[in-house]
Amino acid sequence: MSLLTVDELTVTFGGRGRKESRAVDGISFEVDQGQVVGLVGESGCGKSVTSLALMGLLPSKGLTIGGRAEFDGTDLFTMSPSARRDLRGSEMAMIFQDPLSSLNPVVPIGVQVTEILERHRGMKGEAARKEAAHLLDRVGIPDPTRRLKEYPHQLSGGMRQRALIAMAVACAPRLLIADEPTTALDVTIQAQILELLKELVDQEGTALLMITHDLGVVAGLCDQVNVLYAGKVVESAGRRELFAHPTHPYAHGLLGSIPRLDAPRGEPLNPIRGSINDRIAWADGCAFAPRCDRYEMGCLTGTPQLGEPRAAGHQVRCVNPVLDDAKAEEVPA
Amino acid sequence: MSLLELDGVKVHFPIKKGVLVDRTVGHVYAVDGVSLKVEAGETYGLVGESGCGKTTLGRSVLRLVDITEGSVVLDGTDLAKLPGEEMRRFRRRLQMVFQDPLGSLNPRQNIESILSEGMIAHGIGKDQEERREKIKAILDKVGLPSNALARYPHEFSGGQRQRIGIARALVLEPDVIICDEPVSALDVSVQAQVINLLEELQQELGLTYLVIAHDLAVVRHISDTIGVMYLGSLVEEAPSDALYAEPKHPYTKALMSAVPVPDPEVEDKRERILLTGDLPSPANPPSGCRFHTRCPWAQAERCATERPQLRDVGGGHRVACHYAEDIASGKLSLNQGEIVSATREGVDDNPETDTPAEDTPAEDAPAKVPAQAEKPAKDAPVAEADKASDADKASEAEKPAKADKPAQAEKPADGDKASEAEKPAKAEKPAEAEKVTKADEAV
Repeated sequence: MSLLTVDELTVTFGGRGRKESRAVDGISFEVDQGQVVGLVGESGCGKSVTSLALMGLLPSKGLTIGGRAEFDGTDLFTMSPSARRDLRGSEMAMIFQDPLSSLNPVVPIGVQVTEILERHRGMKGEAARKEAAHLLDRVGIPDPTRRLKEYPHQLSGGMRQRALIAMAVACAPRLLIADEPTTALDVTIQAQILELLKELVDQEGTALLMITHDLGVVAGLCDQVNVLYAGKVVESAGRRELFAHPTHPYAHGLLGSIPRLDAPRGEPLNPIRGSINDRIAWADGCAFAPRCDRYEMGCLTGTPQLGEPRAAGHQVRCVNPVLDDAKAEEVPA
Repeated sequence: MSLLELDGVKVHFPIKKGVLVDRTVGHVYAVDGVSLKVEAGETYGLVGESGCGKTTLGRSVLRLVDITEGSVVLDGTDLAKLPGEEMRRFRRRLQMVFQDPLGSLNPRQNIESILSEGMIAHGIGKDQEERREKIKAILDKVGLPSNALARYPHEFSGGQRQRIGIARALVLEPDVIICDEPVSALDVSVQAQVINLLEELQQELGLTYLVIAHDLAVVRHISDTIGVMYLGSLVEEAPSDALYAEPKHPYTKALMSAVPVPDPEVEDKRERILLTGDLPSPANPPSGCRFHTRCPWAQAERCATERPQLRDVGGGHRVACHYAEDIASGKLSLNQGEIVSATREGVDDNPETDTPAEDTPAEDAPAKVPAQAEKPAKDAPVAEADKASDADKASEAEKPAKADKPAQAEKPADGDKASEAEKPAKAEKPAEAEKVTKADEAV
């Protein structure tokens, strides 16, 4: 049984007379202990809202959450708010995208880290400070005792992200949700942070839900990758399978439109036409149809379902997937 | 002669302090002596991390910031010394495309007004009618509908806004377009559209670009020549392919190795150079080589005292490192930072793992069974089978390549087996896997 099971999660904003907007439209996936699962997609695909819904960080009014999410057998959405608070930060923790705006600017780093230790581990005073210093040291912040007294603005971007990771792992959570943890960072710092996350997963067996728009990050880190488009999973596969045989036209197009460092110069990219605004409701057909090169009439008759075109564990939501091995010749030998 | 030549450009911003009198207490050395040449019809890519001075350098070419020292020569005219009004007229030939497409368009002006403003300032077109015709032609070139004229910036998507920014530069028929992070604010699928547009326009109109970006893959895709900046100065400059094939400066090596490639096959074979620490402050740059505080190959003498100058190492490849040749030949070894594999050790779907196992079924079969049993029952057998067939395909295609690297094929297999066998004892896993890997490397 999986550590986290998300089943047909929906998040709908609006209602009460306002126009409804469905940000997450039936997402299902599982995360096992020690596994890294990726949620990949462009802005507006619902990946961040998914993470916030799982952590219980969405506002209680103005939106409705549907579907089920079970963490270790208990339903997250029917849980009492206080039980949820006990869980959050200790059993499941989150790393946010922007380390500057998710740290309190007027409170020293040390206080922010010890706060978690006091709340969840009942530590106090000197013991908590020692543990905080140890945590900062573990995530690779040099001179941790001095850093504990400093404010977020005194730390560099990479260091802030490390402090945030230290806070997330303070109670040795079983599930870590990382929402674009490296997007705000430079590539050399990104490499350092990714290495730190890899260590956490490999040494502690933490499950990691990695939310990112960067397919490169996914290629080296994730076991299972879910590609999102307009609030639904359109393709789900192991990383090798996904990158070797991207089968949904969107995933296929996405991989074709990324300039690669190792590709020979002068090859034109194959962009996906239009933008995320050109979409139709899933209820009427495939949301990607207006941008799709493989569009046919069948695309507009009802919501396409996740099917298994090629292999077990590889699911695609498309009626006309890129199945033929025309792609095979493009795969670098 | 090159179209655009920068020689020893320095931009220093004073740091001021004091209540009544502004005393200058120091300088931020944003750009500290950069010389480069941009040939007509080519694309020069400038890469570097945030704070390296690449944007300031781009802006100094347009004199949007004052140049402290050095010269910027466009077509024989030194822009650094031009008086204000002449410089203003000269800007027609030098245009800029900004990073933030929404922030750089006035939300209260419609597209026609935005695009004709520059033309009026530079006296292009007799009347609005003529200007409108020209704008329509340009909008068509950048792939926007002609009914865009009466619309406002907020009515467009991010990619379309960036097209408007490009159109605004194009209507003045410039010689050089400076693109400051032209695609970094856009989604991946839209990025590709804008990159392709920039390339098409270059071919059609013979434009010269100076592209400033932090994304190495983007810069590598569109540039003929790439300059790598670190803390205000160029550390390496080379033709795009040469730079990728063999980065010579330690910083470029680290930068390139840090860029993730969206392909697990490639990632599994790659290694990353992890740098220690962060970018030092440009207000107080390190002595000698700017990079020596983080350089994995830094040496005790010279690096901290003598600032390396860009020198030609053959084939138009210029590098600012005292020891570039020694590092390339492997004479120097790493003394800080570390080299790690680009892929996570425990990742569990490596199809290569199954290939050697099939060759030697007797010993490996027992080890594999418990590992399979641990997987969720629904996908275990079929997935295994599929992986195996995939692996077969892969190995057939790669047979010649594999023949001379047997160690590589075995390495992940052993590492994986070791780790699978020890799944319950998680703490020991990485250490064990590392041992195996090391042993294999030794072989």
